[in-house]
Amino acid sequence: MTATSATSRRPILLTIYSTLVFAFIYLPILVLVVYSFNRDGVGGFPPRHFTFDWYRQLTADSAIWNSVLNSLYVAAGAVVVSLTLGLLAALALDRADFPGKALFRRLVLLPLILPGIITGLSLLMFAVAAGFGRGLTAVFFGHGTALISVATTEIFAGLQKVDRRQEEASLDLGATPWRTFWHVTLPNLRLSLIAAGLLIFTLSMDEIAVTFFLIGSDNTLPQEIWGRLRRGITPEINAISTLILVVSILLITIWYHLRTRSEKPST
Amino acid sequence: MIPAASTSLSAHLLDVRAVSKRFAEKEVLKTLSLNVVAGEFLTLLGESGSGKTTLLRLIAGFEQPSAGEIWMNGERLDTLPPYKRRVNTVFQQYALFPHLNVRENIAYGLRANNTPKREIAPRVEAALAMVRMSEYSDAKPTKLSGGQQQRVALARALVNRPQLLLLDEPLSALDANLRKEMQGELKSLQREVGITFLFVTHDQEEAMALSDRIALLKDGGLEQVASPREIYAHPATAYAAQFIGQTNLLRGIVRSGIAECGALRFPTNSSDGPGLFSLRPERIFPASEVSGDPDSVRFSAEIRQQFYGGSTEVLELLCSDGQIVRARISAAGPLSGRQEFFFFAPDAIPVNR
Amino acid sequence: MYSRLYKLAVSLPPLFWVVLFLLVPYSLMFAHSFWVTQDGSIVHNWSLHQYFQLFTNPLYATVLFRTLRIAAFVTLFSLLLGFPLAYFLSFHAGPRKELLYQLVIVPLWVSYLVRGYAWKTILGTDGVLNGALEYLHITHEPLSALLYSPLAVVLMLTHIYTPFVFLPIYASLEHIPRPLVEASHDLGANSRFTFFRVILPLSMPGLLAGATFAFVLTLGDFLAPILVGGPSGTMIANVVQSLFGAAYDWPLGAAISVFILFITVGLLFCTERLEKRWTFQ
Repeated sequence: MTATSATSRRPILLTIYSTLVFAFIYLPILVLVVYSFNRDGVGGFPPRHFTFDWYRQLTADSAIWNSVLNSLYVAAGAVVVSLTLGLLAALALDRADFPGKALFRRLVLLPLILPGIITGLSLLMFAVAAGFGRGLTAVFFGHGTALISVATTEIFAGLQKVDRRQEEASLDLGATPWRTFWHVTLPNLRLSLIAAGLLIFTLSMDEIAVTFFLIGSDNTLPQEIWGRLRRGITPEINAISTLILVVSILLITIWYHLRTRSEKPST
Repeated sequence: MIPAASTSLSAHLLDVRAVSKRFAEKEVLKTLSLNVVAGEFLTLLGESGSGKTTLLRLIAGFEQPSAGEIWMNGERLDTLPPYKRRVNTVFQQYALFPHLNVRENIAYGLRANNTPKREIAPRVEAALAMVRMSEYSDAKPTKLSGGQQQRVALARALVNRPQLLLLDEPLSALDANLRKEMQGELKSLQREVGITFLFVTHDQEEAMALSDRIALLKDGGLEQVASPREIYAHPATAYAAQFIGQTNLLRGIVRSGIAECGALRFPTNSSDGPGLFSLRPERIFPASEVSGDPDSVRFSAEIRQQFYGGSTEVLELLCSDGQIVRARISAAGPLSGRQEFFFFAPDAIPVNR
Repeated sequence: MYSRLYKLAVSLPPLFWVVLFLLVPYSLMFAHSFWVTQDGSIVHNWSLHQYFQLFTNPLYATVLFRTLRIAAFVTLFSLLLGFPLAYFLSFHAGPRKELLYQLVIVPLWVSYLVRGYAWKTILGTDGVLNGALEYLHITHEPLSALLYSPLAVVLMLTHIYTPFVFLPIYASLEHIPRPLVEASHDLGANSRFTFFRVILPLSMPGLLAGATFAFVLTLGDFLAPILVGGPSGTMIANVVQSLFGAAYDWPLGAAISVFILFITVGLLFCTERLEKRWTFQ
């Protein structure tokens, strides 16, 4: 009896197409996960014989776990470097004027928009010219530098929500700028810092392009997987990939909830 | 098929027949029926939540009625999508296309309906001239002031020569002076163009100044539909009496043709039982004025407060039974103490709750 | 409100760091592109020799043009997939919009390597796709042309960059005030007219941002060709990689890198200008 207006009718073709696009995005990942439980290896169809064998093999694989430790070391270092410099940079962009401010802003963004190979090679040249060797420390400096602008953007946004008057009140009551920063500004930025940290951590764990050129003999997890891929495919790689998938999703869900929480008005 | 309203069909442009609208659990419009006469300026007046905007959107086609039908010119309207209705809307925030300039905005509807090219330009020019925005034809909407944007929105709607123009609180975003100016422009525009205007507002003064008829809505239902003078002089309900203009609501009991509202007693035609009466403040006079009329009802009251207003002032009167009544009298200098006042019994209009 | 000392304290360290660890390295790369290799070592003779080589040597030119073609296809396909999806979510998804949005974002955070590997296992001659096709009796022999080809690279990178392209387009579409769509319908335009005359123009900034992103990142990708590209799918970044590795010619590698950098910066500059023209808020 009541008609459907054009604005509310759901177009059928578009719905089907969107579903197909969703399928395209998810099918490869699903295939990956499913075959990590397949006894007969990767490939062939359909998968029979469910097994946890590959995961069992994974737990005994010390090279992988060493590389995980290395990745954690790198990621932790990257978080420290990026957050520290990102915090200072965000404060500087928000509160100070200095010559070259615009150039600085663009320069800091470059590693994110340029293909990783360029940043990686540039840092390699620098490391060689300056006498630092390749290795895990070089990698975490590289990640830390490249990800500064991720921290800066996130913290800058958080700064906009800090009530300037709280800082003024603190100064008015006699606290030094340092005390004010530590006890007023920083706690307000807590959510932004945690969110930025999570994001940097996740990006660093997965980073491969810059890492490729700065790595020495110790591998990060992506490098380790890469090495094995050159040698051949085993479902063990599916297993570790599935684990990475689960952890990534977890971290990102936490990040997302932190972000939406910070956008709600504080009472 | 739901039977049409009792008045003659030929003068009706729009026929809203027992329309209801429900959003989730809430019923926003309750079996509402309304006619709109061709060529009139009809205002939908009400508070927020009264359903006036919902009704407008149903007529425009952005929502579907949960029950009931809407007819225009003898044809079913609510089954048509918005782009097939000969109805155009002026939106509350104008909704001008930011990527098109003024001329392109106005021409949009003509283009969408495949109007022949050679017809478009002259019609757009005429519309621009009509709202006096010809010099701004190349400007982008973001560069215009609120009042200017509003005129472009009007032109954009009117250029399509709709049978009915809907205006969704178009003046609420303007400041007071501009508002008064635009009110005048709207009224003369409507007369000039002759198109039926359906205007939504919560401002009763605006409604009274502009409309041929007012439809007062409350909680999704129609309180009263009448001309401004009619509603003011003969409000059908207490709500109508209070919402439009100001009034004193006198509560009391009617016995054998006499209403006893506390200290005030007056003859009335109402039937016996509890009664509610609306007495406008300007219909109460100081007893010093000549009052030999047999219908006049005298009472004494203490002047509690006096609000000076230039040509008139409002007195807050405490009657001997404790009820407070407001009177609007011609400016009379500072007053105090106990005084005598009177009003005419027929001015105490019985209203429904 | 902030003392000079405060301002210095917050701006100097990042400035210093960024100059030392970004500006200097990129400049070093830039400088190298003008030098030459002689007898296995780098000689600081300044010249445009390397750039000349890049464009005249048919070997490099072929790979460069193949890379540009692949980047164009990836961008095109990502847009064809990402735009309708963003449009559907923004205008027709109703109450499940937020959930669906999260679902689209999630793959972005799944390791690039993991997703590339997934395609490797799907497209191979013993892979899942061939297995499925044979099982369903659609083919009787494995298709060997799937893996190790430019097609595989395009498929994999489209898969990776569709969510990337989706994001800014969705943001742009969400920014379009819904009353504009209603106004368009009110004035007599049907959905198709509204889409092409109102929605598409207003979504341009997002579309340009997404397209640039996909193009630029594909241009510099060296992992996808190794994973699934094979010899016929080599891209320009692989050439760079080998020049810094086994083929030891840093200056030439630097020149190609700088060239990629220029295309990137140039494209971003153009898009930024275009975006400013197309933003109306």
